Amino acid sequence: MTIIAQKPHSLTDVPMHYCPGCGHGIVHRLMGEAIDELNIGDKVIGVAPVGCAVFADSYFACDMIQGAHGRGPAIATGIKRSKPEAIVFSYQGDGDLASIGMAEIVHAAARSEHITVIFINNAIYGMTGGQMAPTTLVGQVATTAPKGRDPLLQGWPINICEMLSALKGAKYLERVAVDSPQHVMAAKKAIKKAFENQVKGIGFSLVEVLSQCPTNWGVDPLKSLEFVRTKMMPQYPLGVFKDEGAE
Amino acid sequence: MPRIEVDANRCKACYLCVNACPKKCLGKSKTISKKGYFPAEMVHPENCIGCTMCYMVCPDVAITVIK
Repeated sequence: MTIIAQKPHSLTDVPMHYCPGCGHGIVHRLMGEAIDELNIGDKVIGVAPVGCAVFADSYFACDMIQGAHGRGPAIATGIKRSKPEAIVFSYQGDGDLASIGMAEIVHAAARSEHITVIFINNAIYGMTGGQMAPTTLVGQVATTAPKGRDPLLQGWPINICEMLSALKGAKYLERVAVDSPQHVMAAKKAIKKAFENQVKGIGFSLVEVLSQCPTNWGVDPLKSLEFVRTKMMPQYPLGVFKDEGAE
Repeated sequence: MPRIEVDANRCKACYLCVNACPKKCLGKSKTISKKGYFPAEMVHPENCIGCTMCYMVCPDVAITVIK
């Protein structure tokens, strides 16, 4: 009898505080597996965001810094430039990266900083209680858009991968989801590649993960998977938007 | 025979694993955990093929697959 799948060594034994069914835990595990498989555990330094993943430093068994809201890429830039041998990642949600942190992410991508960004898109502000995020879908109800997002009043959702793909500095952009085992496997490949790109020195890599937020969407975990498939994927199509590191 | 172990101290009873299992091995436990949830558990261990689908979708990394 051998163990064929268990918690990766790069994650600690601390039980996660995320709501039942939340996609954050799946992405943490995929990152832990990628770090284990690339054998870079002793070189990794992470930047935790402001948002639901603010306590991510308790879950990753590597050095972590908790950044100011949206400033993950700026902090990661500082770490990477002062310690070029370190493998640096910034873990951010959509309220963090796509609103207050928009300037930081765009300029980090434009400068092609050698960092890996994991961007969790759940179309809502999670930690603060379900307010409308820049990625909230048209018609989606949020506490600050009680009648649903109206584009004439609140504008249109922002597609980060498509937007950053216009920048020459962005070297690897992919959008994945964690709603089914198949998509989780594809997400793992993408996350591993984003870390591998940094090891190879290719440049700025970002993986956008469509993740479920059952609590703030007001549905049970199984229905939240349905929401990702039927509502989010038409607005945010999965796929590789840029891959300059490919042979 | 392949089997899985669910860490009842980590499981938050979202039952994504129950939904993902192609052989319908998993179900709801009848005993309440320390956290106050009814964790997922094997109800048909004889059907398990060790495909790791439950492990893939578990948001709390509560599942270990042994083959």
